Amino acid sequence: MTTPVAERLTSLVAALRAHGIRVGTGETVDAAQAMAALGFEDRELLREGLAATLLHGIAQRPVFDPVFDLYFPRGVGAPEPGTADRDDLRDRLAAALAANDEALLARLAAEAVDGFGGYGSAPGSDGWSSYQTLDRVRPQTLLARVRADVGARNGSSGFADRLLDDEIRRRIEAFRGLVATEARRRVAERRDRDQIARRAVAPTADRVDFLFAGKDRLAELRRTVQPLARKLATRLAARRRRAARGSIDLRRTLRGSLSTGGVPMRPVLRRRRPARPELVLLCDVSGSVSGFSDFTMLLVQALHDQFSKVRVFAFVNRIDEVTGLLEHGAADAAGLGARIQAEATLTGWHGSSDYGVALGEFAERHGDAVGPRTTVFVLGDARTNMSDPNLAAVRLITERARRVHWLNPEQRSLWGTGDSAAPEYAELVEMHECRNVRQLGALVGRLLPI
Amino acid sequence: MFTSVDDVSVRLAETGYLASPSVATTVFLADRLGKPLLVEGPAGVGKTELAKAVAEIAGAELVRLQCYEGVDESRALYEWNHAKQLLRISAGRDETWDETRTDIFSEEFLLTRPLLTAIRGDEPKVLLIDETDKADVEVEGLLLEVLSDFQVTVPELGTITATRRPFVVLTSNASRELSEALRRRCLFLHIGFPEEELERRIVRLKVPGLDAALAESVVRVVGALRAMDLRKVPSVAETIDWARTLLALGADSLDETVVRATLGVLLKHQDDVLKAAAKLDLDAL
Repeated sequence: MTTPVAERLTSLVAALRAHGIRVGTGETVDAAQAMAALGFEDRELLREGLAATLLHGIAQRPVFDPVFDLYFPRGVGAPEPGTADRDDLRDRLAAALAANDEALLARLAAEAVDGFGGYGSAPGSDGWSSYQTLDRVRPQTLLARVRADVGARNGSSGFADRLLDDEIRRRIEAFRGLVATEARRRVAERRDRDQIARRAVAPTADRVDFLFAGKDRLAELRRTVQPLARKLATRLAARRRRAARGSIDLRRTLRGSLSTGGVPMRPVLRRRRPARPELVLLCDVSGSVSGFSDFTMLLVQALHDQFSKVRVFAFVNRIDEVTGLLEHGAADAAGLGARIQAEATLTGWHGSSDYGVALGEFAERHGDAVGPRTTVFVLGDARTNMSDPNLAAVRLITERARRVHWLNPEQRSLWGTGDSAAPEYAELVEMHECRNVRQLGALVGRLLPI
Repeated sequence: MFTSVDDVSVRLAETGYLASPSVATTVFLADRLGKPLLVEGPAGVGKTELAKAVAEIAGAELVRLQCYEGVDESRALYEWNHAKQLLRISAGRDETWDETRTDIFSEEFLLTRPLLTAIRGDEPKVLLIDETDKADVEVEGLLLEVLSDFQVTVPELGTITATRRPFVVLTSNASRELSEALRRRCLFLHIGFPEEELERRIVRLKVPGLDAALAESVVRVVGALRAMDLRKVPSVAETIDWARTLLALGADSLDETVVRATLGVLLKHQDDVLKAAAKLDLDAL
């Protein structure tokens, strides 16, 4: 293998590692062998070959594809200069969308970025923007035209026609992706490719910060709830199995040994009473952390058959039970936050969160929800808006409950800054940093009672 | 075994398995690099079928290890035939202990299980380890030795090394995260739902009597259902079932009544049926 190709491969691997994908040397060697076996004629085969050798799971694919596009680009430099006319480009785009011609769409994306995505003129400050390209070309406004086009071409095909709009929307979405890829490629040609690969490629869903996740990222996260819950359930079951065997029940072993003349032939293991763990969740659902709370509530709800009882309370500055809302809302995860806000009494005099009042109200009104078999999880950033953190209420809850854990979606270095009362609370209960799905999965798997 | 990726696609197609480019590429590499193939994906997209198709092409024997919770060494690797050993001991009463001992731990008394079967012998074999995620973590440790060196150690007989490496396919539904060590030894292949065009070809191949236009509508409706947020989205197997149902009903085009009556073939939960009916503008059930 020639040096430049090997170098290209190793920098690709380095970029993947920077995104937290663990690729060993052995896999890199495999990838090189795959490249040698596949050749360079077909780029898509090369992509699949490298994915097969370097990746270990489907969750890594959304990171791999853009990185691959950067290191093994479709072309180099500007495309064949097309007409710089916006209407003409839109005409051709509409025709390509109607025909669903993927190769043509890729070429049009390159042309669009070349024609409408460039900004700046001085070297160093110029670049290519997918946002600007899409803003000028406006592919989403082509829907009606494409629909008419397809109708004219194929005639009506009956029932399936009602699906056409969604299909066209998916094609337009794919085109937007192509434009983004192309813009990244053009930028990478001007600047350092390694840096673009690290910065401009979005991280895998399980590493997205809850607090900074946008709407579609949160929707993507919600789709991971069920698989994650299933994984955690098997992990809990395994922990339970392991905990059920092990220690020897001395009294019953000795009793059994009487029939063999006092020689303990058959050790009897202690049988655990099937503990029925109960779970209470206290969730801050104020705007700043609601993404995190929603996700965790859905996760716990998906795990509910692992526990004898799960009760969920939501608060902003007043607290209310929302267990019922969660149960029949299993089908509609997206509307959960809005439904909680609408149907539960969460705010009193003002709309900002107040941990002290809410926790105090919980201890007072719902104190019977917490007993010696209960594990309590508090979810929130512990930002009390400068009001009294009400440590007495927390102390009361910790005394009653079996365990209390606090999951904080802020990074640890920010605890205690500004109006955060995290250090005070952390003295009373175990507080864990829980910024993304990966951390949440690990914590839930470890902390949930068995 | 294969000369090129295209060769893989063509020969898989001959056995009735239509492969996407990613499947063909990965199978080609697994053969070339001699590495096991780890296949993940939703149920009913043809993970197990892939192994069968490869076995058919290679004219190889398919050795299958079905994993389940509690599968262990004696089910996966080998076991001594105790009953036969006892018979042998009682048959040779006059022998010395040394003679008996060397005799009862010989090949004759060994019961080979799938993993050992796959690496013994000279004829080509395809080893299918199905639903690897159902097995306990301990079994993974066992697989590591077998899959990296293709050898098995039987204390009484010594180490048995494969003279001819089998083509290994592991499948997983991802109900448990397989260990990193196992993943490292394998090529990773995710078989997702096929592209529209490929799925159309699959339907035409598996349900030959179906009208081409109807097949296209079928695939488009299934594609729309997959885009919805359902508890269990229909897989390729369900698409084929649906196409067969439509053929059996003698429907020559899709309309609301037919779709409503047969939605149960595609969707397995009542919530999903209701949701899909609402999204597809079917009248209330």
